[in-house]
Amino acid sequence: MEKRLYSQPGDHIETRAPVTVSRYRGFTRANHWLTAASLIVLLVSGMALFHPSLYGLTALFGGGQVTRWLHPFVGVLLFFSFLVLFLQLWRLNLPRPEDVTWVEHIGEVMKGEEEKLPELGKYNAGQKFVFWAMSVLIVVLIASGVMIWEQYFPHLVSIPVRRWAVLVHSLAAVAIILVFILHVYAAIWTRGTIRAMTRGTVTGGWAWRHHRKWLRELAGRDGRGPAE
Amino acid sequence: MTNAWTDIKNTDLVIVMGGNAAEAHPCGFKWVTEAKATRGARLIVVDPRFTRTASVADYYAPIRPGTDIAFLMGVIRWCIENDKVQWDYVRHYTNAAFLVKEGYGWSEGLFNGYDADKRAYDMSDWEYQIGDDGFALVDPTLQDPRCVWNLLKAHVDVYTPEFVERVTGTPRDRFLHICEAIGECSAPDKVMTSMYALGWTQHAKGAQNIRGMAMLQLILGNIGMRGGGVNALRGHSNIQGLTDLGLMSNLIPGYLSIPRDSEVDFKTYMSTKGNAPLRPGQTSYWQNYRKFMVSFQKAMWGDAATAGNDWAYHYLPKLDVPTYDILRMFDMMARGEVNLYFCQGFNPMLSFPNRAKVTRALSRLKLLVVMDPLQTETAAFWQDHGIYNDVDPASIQTEVIELPTTCFAEDEGATINSGRWLQWHWAGATPPGQARPDTWIMGNLFQRLRELYRTEGGVFPDPIVNLSWDYKDPHEPSAEELAKEMNGRALADLYDPKDPGKLLVPAGAQLSGFGLLRDDGTTMSGCWIFTGSWTQDGNMMARRDNSDPGDAGTFPNWSFSWPANRRILYNRASADLSGKPWDPDRKLIEWDGQQWTGYDVPDIAVTARPEEVMPFIMTNEGTGRLFVRKLMVDGPFPTHMEPFESPVANPLNPKLLGNPAARIFEEDLKQLGTSDAFPFVATSYRLTEHFHFWTKHNRINAALQPEFFVEISEELAAEKGIARGGRVRVWSNRGEVWAKAVVTKRIRPLTCDGKTVHIVGIPLHWGFTGAARKGFGPNSLTPFVGDANIQTPEFKAFLVNIEPAEGEAVS
Amino acid sequence: MTTDPSLDSPRTAVSNPPVQPMKANLGPGDVIRASAMPDLPPPERELTPVAKLIDVSKCIGCKACQAACAEWNDTEPEIGYNTGVYENPHDLTPEMFTLMRFSEYENPESGEFEWLIRKDGCMHCADPGCLKACPAPGAIVQYTNGIVDFIHENCIGCGYCITGCPFNIPRVSKTDHRSYKCTLCSDRVAVGQGPACAKACPTQAIVFGTKEDMLTHAEARVEDLKSRGYDKAGIYDPQGVGGAHVFYVLHHADQPALYSGLPEDPQISPVVRGWKGVTKTIGLAAIGAAAVGSVLHGLLARANKVSQQDEHEAEELVDHGIPRAGTERV
Repeated sequence: MEKRLYSQPGDHIETRAPVTVSRYRGFTRANHWLTAASLIVLLVSGMALFHPSLYGLTALFGGGQVTRWLHPFVGVLLFFSFLVLFLQLWRLNLPRPEDVTWVEHIGEVMKGEEEKLPELGKYNAGQKFVFWAMSVLIVVLIASGVMIWEQYFPHLVSIPVRRWAVLVHSLAAVAIILVFILHVYAAIWTRGTIRAMTRGTVTGGWAWRHHRKWLRELAGRDGRGPAE
Repeated sequence: MTNAWTDIKNTDLVIVMGGNAAEAHPCGFKWVTEAKATRGARLIVVDPRFTRTASVADYYAPIRPGTDIAFLMGVIRWCIENDKVQWDYVRHYTNAAFLVKEGYGWSEGLFNGYDADKRAYDMSDWEYQIGDDGFALVDPTLQDPRCVWNLLKAHVDVYTPEFVERVTGTPRDRFLHICEAIGECSAPDKVMTSMYALGWTQHAKGAQNIRGMAMLQLILGNIGMRGGGVNALRGHSNIQGLTDLGLMSNLIPGYLSIPRDSEVDFKTYMSTKGNAPLRPGQTSYWQNYRKFMVSFQKAMWGDAATAGNDWAYHYLPKLDVPTYDILRMFDMMARGEVNLYFCQGFNPMLSFPNRAKVTRALSRLKLLVVMDPLQTETAAFWQDHGIYNDVDPASIQTEVIELPTTCFAEDEGATINSGRWLQWHWAGATPPGQARPDTWIMGNLFQRLRELYRTEGGVFPDPIVNLSWDYKDPHEPSAEELAKEMNGRALADLYDPKDPGKLLVPAGAQLSGFGLLRDDGTTMSGCWIFTGSWTQDGNMMARRDNSDPGDAGTFPNWSFSWPANRRILYNRASADLSGKPWDPDRKLIEWDGQQWTGYDVPDIAVTARPEEVMPFIMTNEGTGRLFVRKLMVDGPFPTHMEPFESPVANPLNPKLLGNPAARIFEEDLKQLGTSDAFPFVATSYRLTEHFHFWTKHNRINAALQPEFFVEISEELAAEKGIARGGRVRVWSNRGEVWAKAVVTKRIRPLTCDGKTVHIVGIPLHWGFTGAARKGFGPNSLTPFVGDANIQTPEFKAFLVNIEPAEGEAVS
Repeated sequence: MTTDPSLDSPRTAVSNPPVQPMKANLGPGDVIRASAMPDLPPPERELTPVAKLIDVSKCIGCKACQAACAEWNDTEPEIGYNTGVYENPHDLTPEMFTLMRFSEYENPESGEFEWLIRKDGCMHCADPGCLKACPAPGAIVQYTNGIVDFIHENCIGCGYCITGCPFNIPRVSKTDHRSYKCTLCSDRVAVGQGPACAKACPTQAIVFGTKEDMLTHAEARVEDLKSRGYDKAGIYDPQGVGGAHVFYVLHHADQPALYSGLPEDPQISPVVRGWKGVTKTIGLAAIGAAAVGSVLHGLLARANKVSQQDEHEAEELVDHGIPRAGTERV
């Protein structure tokens, strides 16, 4: 078999008429949603503690004490679930020359005009940005979060460091929320995307339109010959 | 205290030496703070350690434990040399002018008449020259070489600043700085107060330490003055009451003496209590001794004490030795001569020296009864607590009975503070469990014992069968009944001796003062000095009027101060010979031409004319005593004596061991350590966080100071490789303890006689019962020897060795 | 009990305060600031500011204040160990709201040794960092008399107060996960009594009364210290936190750090200010903007849809493996 350049094991052409392409395996999808759910819980609970006007959100968890207790544990959960995602996905998220062209044409991307864009592998530069931003921010958040985890690590760092940790944690949280919004919006706006994380497959047209190199590689591997 | 806690606010200079008032008496220490804040008073601390008191002092000087006499004699020498003497006071109010017998003398650290075998002096020459008229000879010009003043000058001559530095280790510049500050208080309008405690008493020459300060204060004219005096800070809230009520082995209440074997009858007994005045016209108040004694006998045995039977004198026990002090008792106990011991409200296992000996002594008892509110180490002396009490319970046959008692907060009565105030208190809580007041326990015991004597008789049942016991509930005399009994009442109508028609007190009435006591059996009083505390007007001890006329600090209507509600003893001496206050701003009493008036009850007959009767009416000289005659067994003047265990020899006479007149038992003499094996000087003390061995039972106090430690200098720590917070072993020739090490700049090595002397500080609050961590007390290490006069153990200066103890078992 | 309507705060400067009947106060209407409650209604009245003055030059380190504090607040400080120092417990804890700290100092100027003992505990800052940092509404309140109090039922145990405090005072309990510190005995002050520590202090090193009276008292104390050779004696009432309702008289006011690290110029850390200030506003704004932007983009820009053509191309590719000419892009 040829070496995969744009896809990863598990990615394959699932049906041929119409074409559907398997993009994420079940485990990956489950893990993604675990990460997503964790992030949402963290986001809501974090926001509740971030700004007085949102403190009422603590009621969702059963009050301030539970929120304070829950948030860091979910953070740890998110860290590990994302770690799995990271290990799976980091290679295909490495930057490639075509990403530069893609970024240069970001205006057209925003308008949904992809004609002038280069052919892409499994991820475009925007997705890669989300991936790396999440990776970095989660590391920052878990590190700063442990430093301010009063219940278990009250004396891990000095109080001045702790002050910085709280500030960094809030800034990183704001950033990750922005990235999160971008991620969700992009998934919604780019129609046909969400099924990749629900059913695990995308249509051939979606793959052709957004990740043609990825499709070509899969087609090269699985395309010829009669379908089952 | 000659004065009162509240009076300390009147002072200009506080000298804390032989005590650590802020640490051990923090509530009383507020009056020092008050004097500093409102009068600008200065505070000087002289102590082996930089104490909590030193932390708020204006000046501090270190001193080697057990060398206070050298320091004080040095100050006296400096004051005399620099004319810092209140001359009018010294001439008239001290015995400076009295001529002393030719035989008296001092050389090489010893007074005349010393018998090394008996460790005792023949004191017969320590006396005044008596003239043909029966009065002492005096030389008011102070020229006669045999006058006390000149003898004192000669006596202190050796205590030069150089000598003081050599002996005490106090740097000379610090010593001189303190001399200057003290010297200023020789002015009539400058007053110094002395605050001392067990740092002076717990030495084999403890009483002489205090004498040293008393002499200094007389020379400065500070006795009887507001803001002056020699003030003993009592270590227990009611230890003053203990001595007042004669809970000493040689006393009965009111500082009367228990008869000796030789005093076979009342007449013989009274023959030494005459106290005839030594100067013409002088009042000698102890001439009333017989009245106090007969009234006491009437209180004890009521109708059974009659003129015909010498007031039941034969009921009193007679001493065959000077005292059955605790050292003697435990020495006898260790030799198997004691079968039954009642231990009421104290904890010998931690309070008495040489704990190994105490354990051995208790183990030889047949029965030990412990009456205490708490579970004491004494009651548990037979329990194996590992290194903390390493005994074999199976080998101890002593039966121990614990009788739980109420504590001070659960009963009613008077507590007597250092300033002699009898302050009534009420029960604040219900006693827990089976705890009973001590009076209930004693009442019940007495009822049963008396019944046994009634039915079974005995060799001499009379004193017990006839004991006066007129209480409403004979099983539990009430505090009120006992207080009234101690105050005393008229047993018959009392008429004025000068005006026989005038009824002073009707029969049955409470007496208002000890001046009413009679020696004809018509009055009774359990403790004459308390007379006036519960009168026909009610309980004077319960008074809580905090008004303070003239802002004098006397608070005359707050509780009751013995004697006679007098707040400052010898207050007549606060006024000059003509009766005018030495310092008008410090008026206490003054002569208005007819009588004495002022803010305090005069310590003299109200109509005694000032130039006729001298102020110190409790002495038969009428003066304060610089030279104390035969009243102290170790000398009429204080002389420097080394502790029994000392790092250096006595420079006055290297052959002397400790206090040459102090008693030491053979066995204990052998157990003394020497400085080659035990090179470091140890001293014991209390910490503010705790009260003796009580508060280790209390969670909060235990949290504030949880674990036994010793304190050493950084220098000693470096020398021995001891780390801060590390574990150390400290041992003497009598025992060993393990402790945490507090390494501090507050203790510094001293240089004495050319030697570096390191000090090891050992606080005393830990044992093996209670909430705090298990630990030890200094008494595991201390020598079994006491003060020559009153046998207070020498806890404040002894020798130890110390080493790191890493890796040893921790509790 | 009669009550004096003009008396709203205890007025005393001694350890045994007169028991002046006073109408109980320090209710919700006396709160001037509360954590995470920016829109708090104004207080119903202004109480006379109170203060506790700690005169370290009178303090003998007896720890009576610690004992009284534990007794009054019914806390159970742990029975620990000796670690070679006098401090016990070794630090402030949720069970020990105040602590005597001891430092040994050799004064290079006078050549004298000094044992500097300071009672540590909440300073009750006029501008309390804990309150600023706290995310739980009403968990930390400041009364108009200046007392900063923790309302434990509202506390969530996050420990942000610790980061906010310039003096390292609050401690979060391991058992109930709520933060504790000196309350200045608000429950006693509310009924006209001084704090338990002041009442217990034997030397009146701790005194309590109106802030004005305490400042006057402190000035007299400074004069006394100067007369004893402490030229640099002074009042430590840090203006960086707007002044405090617990303040010190120091013999060496020029070197507060001598007293077991009392901060030279304490103020709420700029980091904390940044976090509680601009970060919150800008952060929320950015999040809001992103959310709104996305929605607008969704509404205004056409969704990126896959066309039939795309599907067809895919089928071609998969079936024939041959991309149509000209579709290969770089």
